[in-house]
Amino acid sequence: MNPVLATSFIHSDDLIAVLYIVAFSLFIYGLSGLTGPRTAVRGNRIAAVGMGIALLASFLIEGMGNWALIIIALVIGTIIGIPSARSVKMTAVPQMVALFNGVGGGAVALIAWAEFNDTGGFAGEPLTFVIPSLFAAIVGSVSFWGSNIAFAKLQEILPGHPISAGRLQQPLNLILLLIALASAVAIASGETATIYILVLLAASALLGLFVVLPIGGADMPVVISLLNAFTGLSAAATGLALNNTALIVAGMIVGASGTILTRLMADAMNRSIPSIIAGGFGGGGGEVGASGAGEHGGTVRATSAADAAIQMAFARQVVIVPGYGMAVAQAQHAVRELASELEKRNVEVKYAIHPVAGRMPGHMNVLLAEADVPYDQLKEMDEINPEFSRTDVALVIGANDVTNPAANTNSDSPIYGMPILNVNESKSVIVLKRSMNPGFAGIENELYFEPMTSMLFGDAKSSVAEITAELTAL
Amino acid sequence: MFITNVAILVLAGFVGYAVISKVPNTLHTPLMSGTNAIHGIVVLGGIIVLGLGEDLSVLDKGLLVIAIIFGTINVVGGFLVTDRMLEMFKSKPAPVKQDDEEQA
Repeated sequence: MNPVLATSFIHSDDLIAVLYIVAFSLFIYGLSGLTGPRTAVRGNRIAAVGMGIALLASFLIEGMGNWALIIIALVIGTIIGIPSARSVKMTAVPQMVALFNGVGGGAVALIAWAEFNDTGGFAGEPLTFVIPSLFAAIVGSVSFWGSNIAFAKLQEILPGHPISAGRLQQPLNLILLLIALASAVAIASGETATIYILVLLAASALLGLFVVLPIGGADMPVVISLLNAFTGLSAAATGLALNNTALIVAGMIVGASGTILTRLMADAMNRSIPSIIAGGFGGGGGEVGASGAGEHGGTVRATSAADAAIQMAFARQVVIVPGYGMAVAQAQHAVRELASELEKRNVEVKYAIHPVAGRMPGHMNVLLAEADVPYDQLKEMDEINPEFSRTDVALVIGANDVTNPAANTNSDSPIYGMPILNVNESKSVIVLKRSMNPGFAGIENELYFEPMTSMLFGDAKSSVAEITAELTAL
Repeated sequence: MFITNVAILVLAGFVGYAVISKVPNTLHTPLMSGTNAIHGIVVLGGIIVLGLGEDLSVLDKGLLVIAIIFGTINVVGGFLVTDRMLEMFKSKPAPVKQDDEEQA
């Protein structure tokens, strides 16, 4: 039996319809719980219960078969999913989210592919079924391959800097999109040959690869968020094709939320979504930044852990500015110990959290929360910026672009206009950094050449631990 | 039926916007992860198509089994990883321990 016809009696089954309503109500209620730190855990669990109910409801659909295969697939998925979620380090969460997002998109594309085969190339199917299915196939495939690239870049399987075909990149992407759309139009207008769906899926896959490959690591949070929204929309499209309310509602909520989140992140970085997708940020930025640094001609002052410890021990206020370097070095616990040591000496310690520090919004909060840093010490950008002029020492731990004063002063800089943490207003700035390599955006940071800045080179975790050791020895 | 579904789709979009635009910046990563888990609902699509499909070819069965596996990973992994992240937020209001009080 054709699934579309079959689904027509799903809705005649009131129990299933009611269970779906319960399920998506729980999704919405659970998500609204995610708005506050106190209710968030419960919110997430409520949404998970909703998912369980939706699953249960679909088991009740009359005429279901292939139970063995369904159960085997569910078991395999669970066996893979649980350990990977349990064992992932908190620092690796962004790429894990990318991966989970990718498989969701992959599922959507595979379903559309199987539907195409099963219906003999959508022969004689209404357009209200065919168009959402084709949309799901294209978007799901883009999302799957794009997310995998995002994962590979964040996991450093692929280099973080942009990889692109330069000038040819955009025409190439456009051609791929047109090929995918042309195949979709051909299928919608009655072509049933398998080659069309294969070309559609392959062109979309390449599009996903080529769109994400040229994007620099700095923009990766925005990309993951965007792909998350895409997967949501493709799930909603699958829902339209299958006439399934639970899929429509859940998919669309994710589509809406992902879009908002993407826009918020892009705003925080002063980047437009189209220019991120156009890609090549890091590459172009590197050239501009390099010439800027050349003009600068300043020198960099290196310091020692002992000196850093003395400066901070006699400070009234120290502001810690964490960035991706802290995440990579897993330095959050060491940072917490340093802060405790400073607090014992009546130094006021605050943390300045840039909205896009790390590789996802809230990334730093999660890490510092893991290290039991009190919530009220974490200050958002607008709250902390007026404080820097009263700050004795700003300790920058592996944060780069979000502290670059060029964003305020150099209109030629690719990050000009991006809101930054004004650490250069502090009396003294200590930067913990592995080397003088530019940040993810590939731009030289003028902060390092300022007279009040000193650099402590080395792994963030061991540098912080050394400072703490020097502090206790004082 | 299709138009009704489109109406539901549009309304769900507004609900998503209204609920989510209130989330504080600090919870954006868990939020992204949580919504990510929710779109794992596509697993239902795989289950329904495989469950109701008669005379599916071996290829199609294979595709759908992989789709269900993918969807399950998305759901299970997504909710678990979100839960782990959020547990850390929950433990925060507890008073900070300063057990090694040293005498100078």
